[in-house]
Amino acid sequence: MVTMLDQIFVLLKHWLVSFLPLGLQTPVSVLISVVAIIGTFPALFALTTVLERKGLGRIQNRIGPNRTGPFGILQPIADGIKSLTKEDIVPLSADAVVHFMAPLVLVVAVFMGFAVLPMGRNMELVDMDAGLLFFFAIGASTELSVFMAGWSSRNKYSLLGAMRAVAQMISYEVPLLMSSVAVVMITGSLSLVKIVAAQNQYTWGLPHWYIFTPWGCAGFVMFAVAATAETNRSPFDLPEGESELVAGYFTEYSGFKFALFFLGEYLGMFSISGLGATLFLGGWSAPLQALQFVPSWIWFFSKVMLSIVVLIWIRGTLPRLRQDQLMNFAWKFVLPMTLLNLVDVGLWRFLGEGWIRWVVCSVLMLGAYVLMARAGMRQEHFGPRRYRYADS
Amino acid sequence: MSVVFYLLAGVTVLGGLTAVLLKNTVHCALALTVAFAGLALLFLELDAQFAGFAQILVYIGAVAILVVFAILLTRGSETPKDGVFSRTWMAGLVVAAAVFAGLGWAVIQSAQFLPHETGAPPVVTVEQIGNALMGRYVLPLEIVALLLTAALVGAVIVAMHEKGDIK
Amino acid sequence: MAALLFAIGLAGALTRRNAILVLIGIELMLNAANLNLIAFWRYSPHPELLTGMMFAVFSIAVAAAEAAVGLGLVIQLHRHAHTTDVDQMNRMKG
Repeated sequence: MVTMLDQIFVLLKHWLVSFLPLGLQTPVSVLISVVAIIGTFPALFALTTVLERKGLGRIQNRIGPNRTGPFGILQPIADGIKSLTKEDIVPLSADAVVHFMAPLVLVVAVFMGFAVLPMGRNMELVDMDAGLLFFFAIGASTELSVFMAGWSSRNKYSLLGAMRAVAQMISYEVPLLMSSVAVVMITGSLSLVKIVAAQNQYTWGLPHWYIFTPWGCAGFVMFAVAATAETNRSPFDLPEGESELVAGYFTEYSGFKFALFFLGEYLGMFSISGLGATLFLGGWSAPLQALQFVPSWIWFFSKVMLSIVVLIWIRGTLPRLRQDQLMNFAWKFVLPMTLLNLVDVGLWRFLGEGWIRWVVCSVLMLGAYVLMARAGMRQEHFGPRRYRYADS
Repeated sequence: MSVVFYLLAGVTVLGGLTAVLLKNTVHCALALTVAFAGLALLFLELDAQFAGFAQILVYIGAVAILVVFAILLTRGSETPKDGVFSRTWMAGLVVAAAVFAGLGWAVIQSAQFLPHETGAPPVVTVEQIGNALMGRYVLPLEIVALLLTAALVGAVIVAMHEKGDIK
Repeated sequence: MAALLFAIGLAGALTRRNAILVLIGIELMLNAANLNLIAFWRYSPHPELLTGMMFAVFSIAVAAAEAAVGLGLVIQLHRHAHTTDVDQMNRMKG
């Protein structure tokens, strides 16, 4: 019974596909999985928009939307109707083809990223041998669409926002990749399915999730920082800063295309949270051995939603970082820490089982963090403000 | 040769052609991206998964963006007053056509030596690639690492403002 | 097909004015060579040696490095001569 509930979607798919002749079975099975993904994640996206606006509202001491349905639940429907019926304004001097293609490229790239995430036991769309590499390759393509959007609008603010966004995304891609490499080093495989399977073991009832190891904890923190920067979320959301650049690189988009960008951004959030859950939080495995009767896909989605809630929380709490502070942070702090994390993983592996490796690795990471933070803070001059004028 | 190959080949060649023929430089860069994507898909069709994903990650995710940034920084998006083809375009075309003729002749001549479908396609796992990188190809790996470091430092130095040269 | 791409890239590199388009042509040529490598590796008698794929991956890495340096050079040239027109860069000094 438990296994059946766990595998209910897989069994459903096999049952549906068994009605067809043998030749058609594989394509239709893939098609069904694709339709399931295309159905589930936008539904989650709709839920998240309400969650975010209510959550941000409560953090900022106000109520969020509450007019459309109880607790504003029907707000996404209202938003959807609004976006679909708004007039689609394309600026006269804008590059029509590129302007049209940019949101499409973004959404396509982000949806492709969902193909390798294992959402439950046996529930990934494709079990690729180099699944993680595929995910990062697709993530790199999203930057291009951001740039296309900014450039095609022929608007200086859009272009500026787009260049900042691309610079930020490229800078944080390296720490993102490096912190994932630590996980790959321990698991020995780029396949996400194997990474989850390696974390699905239990000692004394506690799981072997990588976040519970010193390098995994540090890696998770760095991954989270890089992920918020990759998806242009606060506190790294200068490119889409609402009070700074109008709406940044999507200033000139209206109606449905804006909704597509919004969708693309939130889906990017989902897919990066899904990846973080897979790499560090154990994917679809349960937190305690006793809780394994709960279906695996419930665990996966609750971990993803937990990450989303934390992202929304951080957005409402922390102030925005300036562009140069952001880039400094990436290259001078996060990147050296990720490299050190790699050394840490190596030490972990070669010191063998036992308590000593916990101590050594934790001390290394904490010590480095404290030292680097102190070094970074020493250059802050706290004192009366010095003004620099343009002609001096 | 399957339909997929012809489709992908068509897309790639079209991307390449538009990349060198269009007036607007940024359109050229985007056409180049399409050509890269077509090539990546061709790699995947040839069972070279690692190379295909590396192509997407490196070329589309980095080189294309680099080209676009360079176009923006050098204001290449304005069409030059003398037209987009250089004065010596005829010579260039002749050379290219000659090279193509030579290569095409070589390919057609050697088509008789190729076995058609050699058995099962190689299943290349990433583990094999890793082993090969650390075993047989460790020297090229280290050399490429040095080269990349040198290129990184060099690019930064070349593109830096010289001291006192702020325009 | 790789020959065709190579020829297109060569034509582009030799006929356009803007220096960046020359670089684009060069990138196309490199890619065409990569395609050749992978295709010949796939149909070679010993594909398990991974030679072709490794060569192509290294070539991708080297091409990325070369693009970076080349574009840095183009940017610096632009700062110096205020144009990216290759026809006008016919002096070594100055």
